[in-house]
Amino acid sequence: MSDVTIDQPLAAGSAPQPRPVSLRQPRLPRWTPAAVAAGAIAAACGIGIGAALGSRIQWGLIAAGLFVTVMYALAARVEGRRQATDRLATSLVWVCFLIAVVPLVSLIWETVARGVKVLDGGFLSHSMAGVLTIQPGGGVYHAIIGTLEQVGIATAIAAPVGLLTAVYLVEYGRGRLAKAVTFFVDVMTGIPSIVAGLFILSFWILMLDFGYSGFAGSMALAILMMPVVVRSTEEMLKLVPNELREASLALGVPKWRTILKVVLPTAIGGIATGVTLAIARIAGESAPIVLLVFGSQVINNNPFEGAQSSLPYYIYEQWAAGNDASYARAWAAALVLIAFVMILNLVARGIARWKAPKTSR
Amino acid sequence: MDITSSTADSSPPAPAAGKTAAKSATRPGDRIFLALSRGSGILLLVIMAAIAAFLAVRAANALSHNEGNFFTTFEWSANATPPVFGIAVLAFGTIVSSLIAMIIAVPVAIGVALFISHYAPRRLAAPLAYVIDLLAAVPSIVYGLWGALFLVPHLGGLYSWMNDYLGWTGIFAYNDGAARSLFTIGILLAIMILPIVTSVSREVFLQAPKMHEEAALALGATRWEVIRMAVLPFGRSGVISASMLGLGRALGETMAVATVLSPSFVIGTSLLDPGGGTFAQNIASSFKESGEIGKDALIASGLVLFVLTLLVNGAARLIIARRKEYSE
Repeated sequence: MSDVTIDQPLAAGSAPQPRPVSLRQPRLPRWTPAAVAAGAIAAACGIGIGAALGSRIQWGLIAAGLFVTVMYALAARVEGRRQATDRLATSLVWVCFLIAVVPLVSLIWETVARGVKVLDGGFLSHSMAGVLTIQPGGGVYHAIIGTLEQVGIATAIAAPVGLLTAVYLVEYGRGRLAKAVTFFVDVMTGIPSIVAGLFILSFWILMLDFGYSGFAGSMALAILMMPVVVRSTEEMLKLVPNELREASLALGVPKWRTILKVVLPTAIGGIATGVTLAIARIAGESAPIVLLVFGSQVINNNPFEGAQSSLPYYIYEQWAAGNDASYARAWAAALVLIAFVMILNLVARGIARWKAPKTSR
Repeated sequence: MDITSSTADSSPPAPAAGKTAAKSATRPGDRIFLALSRGSGILLLVIMAAIAAFLAVRAANALSHNEGNFFTTFEWSANATPPVFGIAVLAFGTIVSSLIAMIIAVPVAIGVALFISHYAPRRLAAPLAYVIDLLAAVPSIVYGLWGALFLVPHLGGLYSWMNDYLGWTGIFAYNDGAARSLFTIGILLAIMILPIVTSVSREVFLQAPKMHEEAALALGATRWEVIRMAVLPFGRSGVISASMLGLGRALGETMAVATVLSPSFVIGTSLLDPGGGTFAQNIASSFKESGEIGKDALIASGLVLFVLTLLVNGAARLIIARRKEYSE
């Protein structure tokens, strides 16, 4: 190989020779993958209709299989083994990507398409009080109230604790305790939500004998939220340049004021983003709600007393009722919940972008 | 602030950070702040310990009443007198459905991560990564609703197809019915853990040393060879820990499983036929009909789940931590 490339410039001076051309292996034209993909999809549809395969999933799998094999065979014939392997990997990666995207698009599509049918002002402003599950009508107002209150209380508990823990880990933390906290924060991120629910159940309801309430749910949600807040705040505090801390300390400002007035304001954008994302995560949790809040059909504005509902729980309840009217309500509530979570995510991204140039402050 | 104390503090010009931190903690404001922040760190540890302790106490109460063997009994009649319950079916269902999810999700997630980090057109990569991250935020109950009302009806055809060609194995035998089985759960869990496995793997792949990749390219390697020789070896431990994080999530997933699975307390040979159960699903579905002992029995199964996820997540974190030490 190498000597060919060396004498190539020598040869270039003399007569134009076909050798450089022969160095290049024949390549498939650029449009081949697209053409093969179109062919594979067409063939799969043909096979699907011909063999009367009911499920579209089969069609997709056949198309994917055809595409991968045909691309490999073509490349192996024209371009050689190594290129063919490369083509195989490329097409597999594309197929993986499509496999991942299809269910996700379908999920969003189904939720929006089926959800908008019932979703209107009345749905958002009414509870299920006096509505039989088989009747159309009713709404999610009580569930929205429940979600907002439970998530609000959970945030009020988890955000300060999470923030302070992150401050401890970044600004003070050395030695065994900090290491243990770091490790257990990581492990805590993975606690199943139902286990957090069971803990509050055994502690708050079974041992201390309080009743089911929105607050009990909030405590479980706070447990799920804390590690997320700690982790994201920690990352943000680590990004604050040490020069800022040193400058403030050099001016004789006590460490706690340095943290409050210099470090936290510098990182506030990232911290707010992290907290918002954590809120978005716990807003969709339903398992602890099932165990601790118990669900309700009517509006209960007091999170500390009596059963409440919440959006995720409402979806579960309406699904469990198992008829067309309740399914329609479940989809509409799912749409409301997804919209809520997505808006929170966009807000988080907005905050991150808005506060991004930290040095300009 | 008070100048006297601050000058007294800064009199030794030693730059040792630990020393100054310890010194400055003598101010009342600093002492309070340190106490607060250390206190919340300790609070987190206390919560973890309390979770284990409370679950263990309730579980012990349930186990003392149990007439069956907790690990081998194929039955969950915790509310009967005498209560008889065992986690064999739940453990089987949890582990099998999570394994199916891993087998489907990990290769696909690696593919998607590679797609975003190395294959996608540059302009598409960032929005795609963002969309995948957004999908991690879709609540699990919505996945459950979609799984029960959309996925299950569409899987019937695929299952009878698998029954035709693979039914002889026994594992993939399928008698026409609603596809609310462990395999469906596996597929649904795979979709649910895909975003987290993808985003962690993508981060690792993006960190692969550019020099290695360029060196491989300069030696004439194809794109796949670059990935195989420079990217995947670098990212292996990252992918392993990402998959274990996904596994931890799949093990504890509750509502999606509770909505889709039609539970029963038998271990069938076929994965495609309805039946089985998982820890979290069983807790959510049978909670409302449970009495005192019933709830304690559910807490006992929750404790097993807690320990299981703790082990999986702890292992994942240890792998990540060790890798960090190497790369720094």
